[in-house]
Amino acid sequence: MLTSLTEFVDELRTMGIPVSMVEVLDAASAIEHTDLVDPENLKATLGATLIKNARHYPAFEATFDVYFGLAAPSNPAESDGGVSSEAGGGGGGGESGEGAEMLEALVDALLGGDRDRLRNLVNQAITAYAGMQPGRPVGGRYYTYRVLRRIDTDELLARLLAALAPSQPGGAIDQRIHRDEAEAMVQAVRDELEQQITARLVEDRGASQVAASRRLPLIEDVDLMHATRAEIAEVEKAVAPLARKLATRLAQRRRHGRKGRLDVRRTIRRSLGHGGVLLEPQFKAPRRSKPEIVVLCDLSGSMATFARFTMQLTYAIASELSKVRVFGFIDGLDEVTDFFGSNVDFAEGLIAMSRGADLVRADGHSDYGRSLQEMWEKYGDVITPRTSVMITGDARNNYRDSGERYLDRIAERSRATFWLNPEPRRYWDTGDSIMSRYAGVCDVVEQVRTLRQLEEFVEQAALPTVRRPRIAS
Amino acid sequence: MANTWSTPGDVGVDLAAAGYLSDARIAQVVFLADRLDKPILAEGPAGVGKTALALALAEATGRKLVRLQCYEGLDEAKALYEWDYHKQLLRLQADEGAAWGDLEGDIFSEPFLLERPLLAAIRSREPVVLLIDEVDRVEVETEALLLEVLDSFQVTIPELGTIEAASQPIVVLTSNNTRELSEALKRRCLYLYVPYPSIERERSILNARVPALPEVLSEKVARTVSTIRDVPLRKAPSVSETIDWARTLLALGIEDLDDTATAETLHVLLKYRTDIEKVAKELSLDLGDDG
Repeated sequence: MLTSLTEFVDELRTMGIPVSMVEVLDAASAIEHTDLVDPENLKATLGATLIKNARHYPAFEATFDVYFGLAAPSNPAESDGGVSSEAGGGGGGGESGEGAEMLEALVDALLGGDRDRLRNLVNQAITAYAGMQPGRPVGGRYYTYRVLRRIDTDELLARLLAALAPSQPGGAIDQRIHRDEAEAMVQAVRDELEQQITARLVEDRGASQVAASRRLPLIEDVDLMHATRAEIAEVEKAVAPLARKLATRLAQRRRHGRKGRLDVRRTIRRSLGHGGVLLEPQFKAPRRSKPEIVVLCDLSGSMATFARFTMQLTYAIASELSKVRVFGFIDGLDEVTDFFGSNVDFAEGLIAMSRGADLVRADGHSDYGRSLQEMWEKYGDVITPRTSVMITGDARNNYRDSGERYLDRIAERSRATFWLNPEPRRYWDTGDSIMSRYAGVCDVVEQVRTLRQLEEFVEQAALPTVRRPRIAS
Repeated sequence: MANTWSTPGDVGVDLAAAGYLSDARIAQVVFLADRLDKPILAEGPAGVGKTALALALAEATGRKLVRLQCYEGLDEAKALYEWDYHKQLLRLQADEGAAWGDLEGDIFSEPFLLERPLLAAIRSREPVVLLIDEVDRVEVETEALLLEVLDSFQVTIPELGTIEAASQPIVVLTSNNTRELSEALKRRCLYLYVPYPSIERERSILNARVPALPEVLSEKVARTVSTIRDVPLRKAPSVSETIDWARTLLALGIEDLDDTATAETLHVLLKYRTDIEKVAKELSLDLGDDG
């Protein structure tokens, strides 16, 4: 047990989940109080002791299945009115008639909520269709695909729907509920399939090798420029706490030194209650300086995925701080703050912005120079010594005028100016990227292409100390 | 080691008797917390019953509940203890002329100590459940204050020395995950993620909390709510809102949750206009002319 625990922890760490020594010890002593007959208990125990962030839970569960999931049923399951084909070969043997029987049996098991039967059926299906061969260096996904090709999931869904829906047509909600229910059942088949294939692979190659081949990046390491829709949805869930953190960081000076200067008059007056002993010093209320944030966001085509993410971040910050102003630019610049008011749904705001904002002057290719100039000339008075300026963009300027002098003035007037570039650092200053020219006038320039990097930026940036010393001009 | 329960199954039974429907995972984590004397950090969206877990634990174990509600700006004087200096001052004035040495030991003693929740939990003679609610609301610096308590269940007061817990408290911290908690805090706790309940569990919760609701309806309410939670909303419906919704349906005498009934009562479940519109669109409901 202890060996597999340490191997399991190693795998978690390799994936990037932080697990400390103390937590491993906790897990070890917690296992003593765990009934190991059901893997679910062990999963609960390890989850509670090793994983301290809900974001990491899905990755933990997948890895858990590899290391401690149900063992593959060793003897070929009894036939259950499903398939009767033998194990082995290229999985070619199945007639279409058999497939229909299997489908029938699956529908039956799913509707009856019979988990054991489902497990059994899936086991048969794998034996018959997957054509697994020991030692073959093929990933689990390939086998899953082979089985699903034979079990027609669309047909399965249709049959389930037909069975669930009452004879007379119900309302819109009824239909929707039945569809969700049927989809959940099909998903259950898929999950069971994946789990069993994993178990068989583990038997064949050992857990650590299977885990390594299935390793997916954690959500904080997903590349935001090329994320899938599902990944983006996960990322967006994680953005809110981070935005809150960033907002608190930027607002820190507001809280710091809650008390102002000594208020002599009120102190003396208060002391009368204690016979003139100056017991409770009274302080003047401090002058509150409200942090202001100005965001300049490159919304050109090459930045589309990333821009969505920055807008989401900005949207979340705006709900924490009152003074946030957002400007979008392509080869012209326009204020887009009002598209994301407090009562607006984010997705709708995005659509309204793409329709309503005036961002294109000429050809719709990024022009940082003109955008920065417009920012300075039209909105220069928005920036004050209390303003933090955050610019997101790849600094690819299509060989146009850099407009660096305008950025310098903006940075000069602001509290601090940050530039977040989603491109890998090694591509900066290649081709038409002129990052280093802008970097010279910004306080902090960071490569931010994953949530983790954004988190690091939030940790270190936004502190008053990062302000670049400026030479008086 | 407290050994309140002998199996995780017993935990589930006891919690259910106290009106809290747990699942195998929650029961297992509570069981571990009891065996290993570790605090539970329950994290999850608002309104899934994290606080209710602590309340039910107190009831199930017959312990006293001590609650520390966290908020921005919570400090030592509000969480741990404070010296009652008005009283100290009166004591000094009453005894003018006495030697300082006598007085000092006197005014920094029990009668002048104002107990705050953390100290109260530690010093309590009867066993307690300590609930530290919404711990994500305090600043990172204040979190450090909790560490000594969570680590060894003791509080150090410079004038009095270290006070150790009379009996091992069960500690539950809750967090709505609006902010990442510090590693140090998380390391000391057993982590319990409490997501929205599964359809089956929510249905049992409905049956327990709104017993008058017909079985057919509770099934349908649970399924509809689960579908609604899949829509990306500003504020997804919480369990307590599901219960409110079920009660509303009952009060209105609605026997079948059809499209019209849902559209008319959706505002009980969702609190933002934009959310209501979004759900109506997603479920193809007609909201009528009131918008």
